[in-house]
Amino acid sequence: MTGDDSKHLPLEDIHTAAGARFGAFAGWSMPLTYPAGVMKEHLHTREHAGLFDISHMKLFEVSGPQAVALLDRACPLDAGALEISQSKLSFFLNEAGGILDDLIVTRLGDTRFMVVANAGNAAADEKHLRELAANFDVKVEPLDRVFLAIQGPEAWAVLSRAGIETGSLLFMHGVEPRKDWFMSRSGYTGEDGFEIGLPEADARDLVTKLLEDERVLWIGLAARDSLRLEAGLCLHGQDITPETDPAAAALMWAIPKDIRASGAFIGADALRAAVERGPAQKRVGLKPEGRQPVRAGAALFDADGNHAGHVTSGGFGPSAGHPVAMGYVAAALAKPGTRLFADVRGTKIPVDISSLPFTPHRYRKG
Amino acid sequence: MATTYFTSDHEWLRVEGGIATVGITDYAQEQLGDLVFVELPEIGKKLTKGDTAVVVESVKAASDVYAPVDGEITEANGTLSSDPSLVNSAATGAGWLWKMKLADESQLAGLMDEAAYKAHIA
Repeated sequence: MTGDDSKHLPLEDIHTAAGARFGAFAGWSMPLTYPAGVMKEHLHTREHAGLFDISHMKLFEVSGPQAVALLDRACPLDAGALEISQSKLSFFLNEAGGILDDLIVTRLGDTRFMVVANAGNAAADEKHLRELAANFDVKVEPLDRVFLAIQGPEAWAVLSRAGIETGSLLFMHGVEPRKDWFMSRSGYTGEDGFEIGLPEADARDLVTKLLEDERVLWIGLAARDSLRLEAGLCLHGQDITPETDPAAAALMWAIPKDIRASGAFIGADALRAAVERGPAQKRVGLKPEGRQPVRAGAALFDADGNHAGHVTSGGFGPSAGHPVAMGYVAAALAKPGTRLFADVRGTKIPVDISSLPFTPHRYRKG
Repeated sequence: MATTYFTSDHEWLRVEGGIATVGITDYAQEQLGDLVFVELPEIGKKLTKGDTAVVVESVKAASDVYAPVDGEITEANGTLSSDPSLVNSAATGAGWLWKMKLADESQLAGLMDEAAYKAHIA
């Protein structure tokens, strides 16, 4: 699976020493699991603190007099309305309103922003952003950083013990606590937690300190996936793609009302038309009956056997204690409690549309 | 006296009196990770070598387990319906998957013994 073309994490030697099993993801050789195994890693994150190496994701600094103008064009975002240190989920859309990538944008200063992009889209995102930036007085700088996530109810405490005070930082806020560091209170597990981009040498020190704390365990990509799925969070390339727009993806909450009405972002006209028409399909949570997981690609049918949609992510939820999935269904069916049937290798598994998340979010909002 | 055979697909067969008990090896369960579901076969189902007999599902993925030889399913390990993790904790014991009546015992000659299997995964 892991060919010679794979990119390697700067801390790969540490993961190897920790006994990681590697696999290919988005062009990277990534730790999938550690000796504890996906189940224990998942539950440990929900109970204590999980440490994730997410250096496959890319940090871009966007700065200059027209940084706000560039971001307002690139994303359905009111960048100028963000307070300093405030983060916001946003997107790059294509002209049809389809989602090229989902991003976290954080305002670092009046004319400085941090943009965090997904691994698989990082190169395309950079090209997209640079092409747009040609029309603005702005600089787009990809940063060379190790990127770590520390997630779970004890994340703040283990950081504190490692000498990093997170103090009054609230969910979806980000700061630069040290030179070339970016730390935000955010993550992709549904738990309280932090993401820290930092130079490799600093990362090696931080990881060493964190792992001295028995509350901290390395967590691989397999548990990252089950954690985010239980939390109802989308994986780009599966749950959201250039063929799905934010209306169908049930992500319109990420777009401020006045921007929906009058923003001049790429894809604005198409998105307004899509909202006007109402999406044909909507993203929903799906709870399979019994213990058999229903996975991405499975077709969904209504009680009469009519095609009703498809599953985009699915697996077992270790904290939920049952299989969990999400997918797209005909908008008329997109109500919690609607019973559908998923085709799994020829067997029809009953699946109920369920509200998301499957496990409650425990973000530190104030 | 039971004889144990292994396949290159990481299954083991314990053969006694024309009946093979089949499971996956410890190496295989470790590769798969924590199992959360085992789709068991119907009793009486006739399988040809290479047919999918069982599907084992981990948190992350579903994997086929193939019939290592021709035969007819005589028993499935129902305990796995409530506790699929037995395959992880006791792959070569209580975590067995199914039993089958062999159609052609000469097929066993093409399988590995334990020493050959150990060399295979080394």
